[in-house]
Parts: sequence; C-alpha cells; structure tokens
Amino acid sequence: MTTVTVERPRRANGHVPPPPPPTGGGDGPDREPGPRRPLLDNVRLAMLFLICGEVMFFGGLISAFLVLRVTAAQWPPPLQPRLPVGVTGVNTLVLLASSVAIAAASPALVQRDPGTLVRRLLLAGGLGAAFLLVQGYEWIRLVGYGLTVGSGAYGTTFYTVIGTHAAHVVAAVVWVGVTAWLAACGRFVDGQTGALRACAIYWHFVVALWPILYVAVYLV
Amino acid sequence: MSASSATAHAHDVHAGHHELGFVRTYIFSTDHKMIARQFLFMGLFMMVLGGLLALIVRWQLAWPETAVPGLGGILKETGGILEPSTYNMAFTMHATIMIFFVIMPILAGAFGNFCIPLMIGARDMAFPFLNMLSFWVTFSAGLIMLSGFFVEGGHAAAGWTSYAPLSAVPSYTGVNWGQNIWCISLFIMGVGSMMGSINYITTIINMRAPGMRLFRMPLVIWSLFITAILLLLALPVLTSGVAMLLFDRTLGTSWFRPSGGGEPLLWQHLFWYFGHPEVYILILPAMGIASEILPVFCRKPIFGYHAMAFSMIGIAFLSWIVYGHHMFVSGMSPALGMAFTVTTMIIAVPSAIKTFNWLGTMWGARIQFTVPMLNALAFVSMFVIGGLSGIFMASTPVDIYIQDTYFIVAHIHYVVFGGSIFGAFAAIYYWFPKMFGRMTNTALGHLHFWPTFVFFNLTFFPMHIIGVGGQMRRIYNPMQYEFLQHQQHWNVIITYSALALGVSQIPFVINFFWSLFAGKKAPLNPWNANTLEWTAPSPPPHLNWGATLPTVYRGPYEYSSPESRDDFLPQSTPPVGAAGARRH
Repeated sequence: MTTVTVERPRRANGHVPPPPPPTGGGDGPDREPGPRRPLLDNVRLAMLFLICGEVMFFGGLISAFLVLRVTAAQWPPPLQPRLPVGVTGVNTLVLLASSVAIAAASPALVQRDPGTLVRRLLLAGGLGAAFLLVQGYEWIRLVGYGLTVGSGAYGTTFYTVIGTHAAHVVAAVVWVGVTAWLAACGRFVDGQTGALRACAIYWHFVVALWPILYVAVYLV
Repeated sequence: MSASSATAHAHDVHAGHHELGFVRTYIFSTDHKMIARQFLFMGLFMMVLGGLLALIVRWQLAWPETAVPGLGGILKETGGILEPSTYNMAFTMHATIMIFFVIMPILAGAFGNFCIPLMIGARDMAFPFLNMLSFWVTFSAGLIMLSGFFVEGGHAAAGWTSYAPLSAVPSYTGVNWGQNIWCISLFIMGVGSMMGSINYITTIINMRAPGMRLFRMPLVIWSLFITAILLLLALPVLTSGVAMLLFDRTLGTSWFRPSGGGEPLLWQHLFWYFGHPEVYILILPAMGIASEILPVFCRKPIFGYHAMAFSMIGIAFLSWIVYGHHMFVSGMSPALGMAFTVTTMIIAVPSAIKTFNWLGTMWGARIQFTVPMLNALAFVSMFVIGGLSGIFMASTPVDIYIQDTYFIVAHIHYVVFGGSIFGAFAAIYYWFPKMFGRMTNTALGHLHFWPTFVFFNLTFFPMHIIGVGGQMRRIYNPMQYEFLQHQQHWNVIITYSALALGVSQIPFVINFFWSLFAGKKAPLNPWNANTLEWTAPSPPPHLNWGATLPTVYRGPYEYSSPESRDDFLPQSTPPVGAAGARRH
C-alpha cells in the first residue's frame, strides 16, 4: 500500500489537505481483495434463520402454555379426558422415522439414482401424512370425550400448540410432495439442489420440534 | 464457485435473452430496486391515511363532540360527530397503520431493499423471488387491514396494543370482525416481514463485494442488518400472540379470557416482549440513515465508526430485557420494576453514545445544509428530546404517575415522528436521485422541511405539559374531567398545529411527483459521496453494475482524506500504486 506524492495540490474547495499519517492511513493491511468464500451457502443460511424465527414463534406458544399451566390450581384440571400418551408415543416414532427417510434422500442421489431419491422423499412424506392421520383420529376421539377448544385452559393449550405443529407438518408434507415432483421432473440434475436441501432442513426442524412438544404437553 | 458469481453468471445469461413485459417489470418484479419503490409508494400512501386518522383524533380532543369536517357523509347518524367507539377506532388504526404499514415498509422495506445490494456491491438480494413475495404478502396484509374499515362493527378499537380482555371478548368493544381482521392482517404481515428479514440477513452475510469486510460496511447497512435480526426474532412472538387472540375471539379458546382459565396479563407479556424490540426496529434504520447522511454533508468521517456499530449491537441485545417498563402499572412486584428500571437506564447508554458520535461528526465541520442534511439534523435533535423523556419513563415511580398520559404520547411521537419519520424523509431526499434518476426540487424541499419541523414541535411538545398535568391517553372527552379543563386550550393549540403539520406535507407530495417526471436528471454522484451505490448509474439498471462488480479498498467514510485530492474518496477507487489505479 503506497502513500500519495509529496506535492499536495489544493482541493476544489480551496483547502490544502493535511499531510498523510506516517503509517499511511487505511484500516488495515491491504492486499488486493479477492472474492470471498462464504461459510454457509445461501440456502443453508436462510433455512437456519427461518428456523430461528420459527423457534421464536413456538417459543411464544410454549411459554404461554407454560404460564397457564404453572398458574393453574391443578394440572391436568379435573374432569378432563386423559391424553392418548401411548398412541402418540408410537406416532412420535413414526415421525422420527420420516426424518431418517428424508436424510437418506440425499442430494448425492440426484445424479446417481433419482428414482430412489423420489421414493425416499415420498416415504418421508407418507410417514408424515400417517402421523397427521393418527393425530387427527385421536383428536376426533378426544372431542368425542368432551375435550374441545372451549374446554378451558387445558383444551385451549392442547389444541393450539399441537395444532400449530400439525399445521407445520401439513406444510412440510406439501413441500416434500412438491420437491418429490420436481425431482421426478429432473429439476435437480444440473446441481441446483438448494430447494431439496431446504426442504430437508425444514422437515428435520418440524420433526425435531415434536418430541419437545410431546414431552411438555403429553408427558410432564 | 461463490454463490454471488454463480448468480451473476445466471443473471447475465438471462438478461441477454429477452425483455420482460410490463407486468414482470413493474408489478411482479424480482428486482430489489423495483420492490423498494413498491414498498415506498405503499408506505407513503398509508402515511396519508394514518395522518388523516390522527387529525380525526385531534379534532375530537380540541372540540369534543363537534362535527368533524368531511365525516358527515360517513357518520350519518350523528352528522359527523364521533362516537366514543369510533374515536377508539381512530386512535387504534392511526397507530397500527403508522407503525406496521408506514414506518416498517418505508425504512426496512423500501430502504432495506434499495440500499443493501447496492451498498454492499451485490447484484440483487440472495432470493429475488422471495423478495417479491415479501412485498406482495405485506401488500395483501395491508389490503386486509384496510378492509376492516368496511365491516359491520367497524375496525379494531382496543388500541394498537390491543390489551386483553378488552380485545379478546367481542362484546366488550362491540367490534366483531374488525378486530379479527386486525389479527389476521398482522399475522400475514409478520410472515412477509420474516421473508424479508431472512433475505436481508443472508444477503449481507454472503453477498458482499470483494473487499467489503463487515467493518467496511456503511452504517445504514449495519442498522438494516441488526433490524432484520430483531425483526426475525421478535415478530414471531407477536404472530403467536395475535394467533392466540384470534383463537380466543373466534374459536372460544381461553388464552387471555379469565372466564375459561386464561390470563389477561399473558397478552401484555407476549405483546411487549415483541413490542420493545419492535420500537428499536422502528428507530435503528433511521439511526443508520443519519449516520450515513451526516458525514456526507459534513465532509468528515463518522466519529467512532466501531462504537456506532457496537452500540447498535448492544441496543439489539439489551432490547430483549427491558420490555417490563411498558408494564410498570400492571401490578408487578416493585423489585421486578426496579430490575427493569436498571436495564432500561442501561439501554439509554448506547443511544447516547450514538448521539455524541453524531455530534462529534459535526464538530468542526463545514456543514452543507442541503435538504437531506436538514432532515438528518432534525432526526438527531428530535430523537434526543424523545430519548430524554424516555429516561423519565424508565424510572418506575415516575412512570406510575405518567403512564398512559399524554407524556407517553409525546415521547412516542418524538421518537417515531421526530426520529423515524424525519429519518425516512432524509433518506427519501438523499436517495431520490439514485432511485429515480432525478433531483428533487430544493425550494420545495425547504418549503416542506421548515413548516414540518416547526409544527411538529408545536404539536407534540405541549403534550409533555398536558400529560404531566394529568390528561390521560385514549380518552374521548377531556372536558368531562374538571381537573383537565384548565389546560384544554393546549389541546386546541395542538390540534391547530397538527392541522398545519398535515398541510405542510403538501409540498412534499408535489415535490415527489413533480420531480419524478420533470426533475433535473441526476448525475452519477450528486452528493460526492463514497459509498458504492453512487458508482452505479442513476437509476441503476437491472443487475446494478455492468460486467464487473466493484471492488472495495477502504471504509465508507473517507471524507477530507489526506490520500485524496478531492474531499471524498469512494470505497471502490483503487489506491495509488495498486493495479488499475488512476493517477490522482
């Protein structure tokens, strides 16, 4: 990094600039700057931030649930139906299996074996859909036993928290379906696997969130 | 291959192919500059609406239960006189529109979109399609919000803070679908904002030009970066609260309704946990804008660049642990009140550091009093006043006295109008040449600024006085209280000033539209500024620069540098002796 010439002509406004500092100024050693290589690519970075936002969203819901629960005189409140802990426990394993399936649907398969990729995506989506169907069936039974959204704090918190998660699973299933369709159409063969990786990250988030909700709402 | 050059390659291939039609260029554009203009127009339109609502509130306060001019046709039963329920709707919607559909779209939406790629040397945002979606989602939320005015029962009327149980039980306000629409609209707006935040953060982290280190970024980019992080983390909490409120109203849940075992205070916690970071979201971009404009028109570097960046980071961190100061009168334990007092006092420190640094920037400078500079100076001075009243409110015993009085209203407006809106005006005048390729008219700019500044102070300063004198917030008729009658003349003065303030915006509207079509064509760098956007044409074409992106060799505030013959030294000018350098 060189300094300016000794002669200091006047500026347009008539002022003479002060002499340069002995160190030459600047904000650090100045190699010719080259292009940077980002730590995380755009897709992974964006999904990371999306998950941060979603964590805050569920954080709001979960902390509201905890407030109502901790300040209630008795939990579960008396005369409410009991939640189907066993069935939902098995359902949890189903959802965790779907995460394994989508992890197996790796971008590396895009070139080698697109058919397997599509099948594994559909398997993940199918397991997720099965989770939703079982949850839905259990909900219908709970409503039949008298637990509705209007059943005080117990029904409120249960249906809102679990229902919001279910809505996210629905969105994830739709996303995985669209991704499987795109994979079948050959949209990922040119190396642009960003959408596939984004879908998988979101799926893992939705699945990883569930055990937390299961323990907080059903078990403890 | 880095992400940005891959995108650039793809874009170059695309740009050579075909011209996009009218719809893809102006309506469903994925170009960040067009999206920025869309946000700007939306925000300015909503500002007119929010301003008119404020004038309705002011009319009622100055001349209670008299006919409001222009409302005779709408309020037929009363001949134009506001009923208390309509009054409640007016102040609720004034605040809701101004905060969510004016300040956030203009500062974060318009200037975030316009400035970020241009000032970091990127061709567009990381996800241009998502960017387009974020505008249209926000626009849809705005349309939905406006639809609430036309439903039976009127629009939301529980205050912009929408406290439960007033907001959670339809029969308490008499408003049914209006409040539901308020909840739905804010839910959707939250989603749109999150889309934008993810885009901004990813772009700033990954897509800076070679040489654009984090600590060579202009401070406005720092402020938008930190604002985006706050948006990402705070808005979802509002989203969750608003969803719970909607469920309470429509599905019969009991999050906030005591009758079902709910907790009304829970709403306050959820809302203010979002609400405090939200107010920093409103002010940080304006602080960044001032930090950008002051050095340019003082021809001096910003004083204390690193302190400015770190203080914004500090404000962002601290903003999560001060929210209780909005709830001092909610019945909280005094010990907890003390804790929030301490944290609130602490968060004043980084803002003070910034203020002293702005003053340090101006110290000894030959200030050029251009229209953007005047607005930036108004920002600094009015923000100081707003911030000082905040110190009073930080103290629990003082706040118990002035909470929910007009002292709070004065504080709010000094920081959001005096701060954010003057910051927005400064940004509009400063970047108009780059955005639209035309210069604004200086005479009209002065004709806008000076009356706005005078009437702004005449409108909002007396509110400190009547607030301490006991006038409560959100009341329909101050004259019904004997202890307020002696200061009613202030309400009249404030309303006259507010009306004049509204009229003062007319030169701005004229200037904006006249300059759009008939302003002098703008040169590349009309302000002789250093940052990268001034090296692109005015207005920049699609993909911002030609074949090569700029390379950055220095920070953005090298004004009156000994290394340059001029009194500015652009970031992308190669140093003397480096490859490709010009001779100075």
